[in-house]
Amino acid sequence: MLAAIGVESAADLFEQVPEPLRLGRALDLPAGMSEADVFERLSALAARNADAEEEVCFLGAGMYDHYVPAIVDAITQRSEFLTPYTPYQPEISQGGLQAMFEFQTAMSELTALPVATAGLYEGPSSVASAGYLAIGATGRRRFVVSRGVHPHSRETLSTYGSGYGAEVVEVGLEGGLTDPAALAAAIDEETAAVFLQNPNFLGAVEDVEALGAAARQSGALLIVAVDPMTLGVLRPPGECGADIALGEGQPLGNRLDFGGPSFAFFCGTEELLRRMPGRIAGETEDVDGRRGFVLALQTREQHIRREKATHNICTAQALNALAAMVHLAWLGRQGFRELGELLARRTAYARERLAAVEGVELLHEAPVVREFAVRLDVPVDAVLERCAERGMAAGYALERDYPEHPDGLLVAITERRTREQIDALAETLGAAIAASGGPASHSQAKSPQEVR
Amino acid sequence: MPASETPMQRERAVTIFERSKPGRRAAVLPQAGVPEPPLEELIPARLLREDPPRLPEVAEPEIVRHYNRLSRRNFDLDTGFYPLGSCTMKHNPRLNERVAALPGHARLHPAQDPRRAQGALEVMWLLQCSLAEICGLPHVSLQPSAGSHGELAGLLLTRAYHADRGERRTKVLAPDTAHGTNPASVTMAGYEVVKVATNEHGGVEMDDLREKVSEEVACLMLTNPNTLGLFDENIAEIAALIHEAGGTLYYDGANLNAVMGHSRPGDMGFDIVHVNLHKSFSQPHGGGGPGAGPIAVSERIEPFLPRPQVVKRGEGNGRGPHYDLDFERPKSIGRLRGFQGNFGVFIRSYAYILSLGADGLAEASETAVLNANYLKARLAEGRAGSRLPIAFDRHCMHEFVLSGKPMKKELGLATLDLAKRLLDFGFHPPTVYFPLLVEEALMVEPTETETKESLDAFADAIEDILAEAEEDRELAKQAPYTTPVRRLDEVKATRHPVLRQSLD
Repeated sequence: MLAAIGVESAADLFEQVPEPLRLGRALDLPAGMSEADVFERLSALAARNADAEEEVCFLGAGMYDHYVPAIVDAITQRSEFLTPYTPYQPEISQGGLQAMFEFQTAMSELTALPVATAGLYEGPSSVASAGYLAIGATGRRRFVVSRGVHPHSRETLSTYGSGYGAEVVEVGLEGGLTDPAALAAAIDEETAAVFLQNPNFLGAVEDVEALGAAARQSGALLIVAVDPMTLGVLRPPGECGADIALGEGQPLGNRLDFGGPSFAFFCGTEELLRRMPGRIAGETEDVDGRRGFVLALQTREQHIRREKATHNICTAQALNALAAMVHLAWLGRQGFRELGELLARRTAYARERLAAVEGVELLHEAPVVREFAVRLDVPVDAVLERCAERGMAAGYALERDYPEHPDGLLVAITERRTREQIDALAETLGAAIAASGGPASHSQAKSPQEVR
Repeated sequence: MPASETPMQRERAVTIFERSKPGRRAAVLPQAGVPEPPLEELIPARLLREDPPRLPEVAEPEIVRHYNRLSRRNFDLDTGFYPLGSCTMKHNPRLNERVAALPGHARLHPAQDPRRAQGALEVMWLLQCSLAEICGLPHVSLQPSAGSHGELAGLLLTRAYHADRGERRTKVLAPDTAHGTNPASVTMAGYEVVKVATNEHGGVEMDDLREKVSEEVACLMLTNPNTLGLFDENIAEIAALIHEAGGTLYYDGANLNAVMGHSRPGDMGFDIVHVNLHKSFSQPHGGGGPGAGPIAVSERIEPFLPRPQVVKRGEGNGRGPHYDLDFERPKSIGRLRGFQGNFGVFIRSYAYILSLGADGLAEASETAVLNANYLKARLAEGRAGSRLPIAFDRHCMHEFVLSGKPMKKELGLATLDLAKRLLDFGFHPPTVYFPLLVEEALMVEPTETETKESLDAFADAIEDILAEAEEDRELAKQAPYTTPVRRLDEVKATRHPVLRQSLD
């Protein structure tokens, strides 16, 4: 090979790097390891994490410990899906492109909006991407955001907003729900978009249609972040006047992975089609008239449009979106609905069960579907620590994101959380509160009259 | 319709929705085990959905068969050579999939108390340290989700850095050879792009740069080696020019695979670097993601890094050294996304770094450069040498760019035709029509995980295609013939977009 190139050694090829810029030493990293040793090393590190196999996990806050069916792994680990690049050569990428097309169909069905993209990175950054779209669509630079929107999404929106130039105005919650009067008052003629989340971060089911009315009147876009797992039972954003519906896709077919990779879905109205961010697959035909799929509307995209692109995204989350599609096909129309019902009923049970524990009260009474917030009489951190000692991740402490709720705990339910586990959570929580010097030190249960 | 359809072509595309039959299903869900009141008793009826979304109704065997069929309609890296320029299609070790799937990683909740996620935070810390060393810059944030997300991060960091100094700058310089994500990110970050010309060696045109550098310039974004696969020898002077004018220097790490263990962006003078873990560090591309785009930065940029940051804390409060998430970063630009980043990608990349080690990484880059130069030499022979000349004739780094201009003029074959004919020969074509300044460009990146035999086979295929075109150019102009579908009408897909299955 060297002879063909006409050099004496491969090192000669680096002579184009000016001498002072050559490293001239080995990287300060360990020597390479055998496959067996790498496996052992990373297994040992994995063992230092308390995962949902080791602890009963009631943590949610946007990512949930759902059961991922075996066929999702079997299909997404196939080389043909795992190892290709973005489908720039459609003739040899029909599998991936058709999967995107199917995914778009499924997301469009879930959200009841006509146009769906092939997906973005993940939840919060897709909210910020929607903001960028709204500025382009309205020519306005002000966002009105409910405090019920995920704190990570609100922060990401502000981060992006500092770049493309947007003002972010927040509207508070009343009784766990977005305050309708405050929201209407905050929206003005400079408002580019109104952001809601349903269910909101505290688990409450919002009346999106009612809240959105003020946005429609002002000409602002209504952007709604939704939990896809609830869309079998909750009214879809497309029926509530949303211009854009998006959200974190992890609950669909994606594992927790300590926060990623997952994906976001991004759906909208026909009018917004040519402003959409990211890849979109479209149906077409080949020269012989066979049905086929390609990346459509590429003139929106960075590799064609460069500085005039609607977004900068290149690598997205195709494999994660495929996992979601397979999970949804596995659930099917009936199974998806049933799973939503199961979540709603177990969540109702868990909420009632926890509310009956001495030292626990509901943080709000709004309807919930898969997650709910409670208030503890004793410091949350100490209670969580005690629960952890008994093998339970009892929930998400709200204080960091909601200083107004220093005593708040967010509890998430999935189909993996059985009645027995929920009962055990109530007991453990009761005991932990008692041990933390709470009012329940003499009894763990309230009398029936005290409950609700 | 031609009589000679392949079996795959005869098998027309049918979607999972078209396989649906009412009442079929795969999932068996757990029993509720709790009281089952009507939903309306739990949630007001007006907030409930009337009809469930029309998801497909299909049994599990049919789902498996459907997606297996689809998979066979994809070409992939595990099947054949994939020399897609600037994409670094190197082998994806399966060990990485195995360690990422360990429950301690895969089922770890991102909101887990850091004290009970020490293994995960340690992996993130170690990956940060490794990337810092490879990039020659002291601080790393793993948060960005992909390369272009890293670019946006870098530009927002630049904005925060200047704002902190009381400066307001409006322009970002980028060479005309830059990846499309660069100018797109610049616009998203609220800056104006100013293009810098390329000189006859493929590097930055210094006179043009000198003319455009000013106090309005916030940043210069550069890929080095650039998208022509050439190392810019003037980089030290470029860095000095930008720094003197108060700007930051951003390194698009898409081409880092050329220089690992040989040269470091930090030593070249860059302030901010993004690293595509799905390129140089073997995260599978997944047909378009997931990836991750961590950034490494210099001291002066560090205060502005996204939060939270993974930190290692010393002993104290009765605890030994441990890892934590640091949210107390008053000058931080804030979050770029939820939670801590694409941890599953971090595991795979860290496994890759552990496997290769210091010497292995340097050897990987060396072999990538060797392979590229060998293939370039092979393609300088025979018909390719005259029909597809190298755009800039000098040793390349990990990739090189050919121009199909003579081929088009002399044989009437466009680069696109050659690419489509390569499909019939069982190869993924190189990147085509990029970079923009080379006419009829073909950008070839073989990577280090290809053998001499596969490089030779590719060069032979190009030679064969050019030879057959001399006899009958229609062969290539009508190609491909053997793929699941033949040339597709992309214009139709955009003029009359059908973007979802109609279920009405």
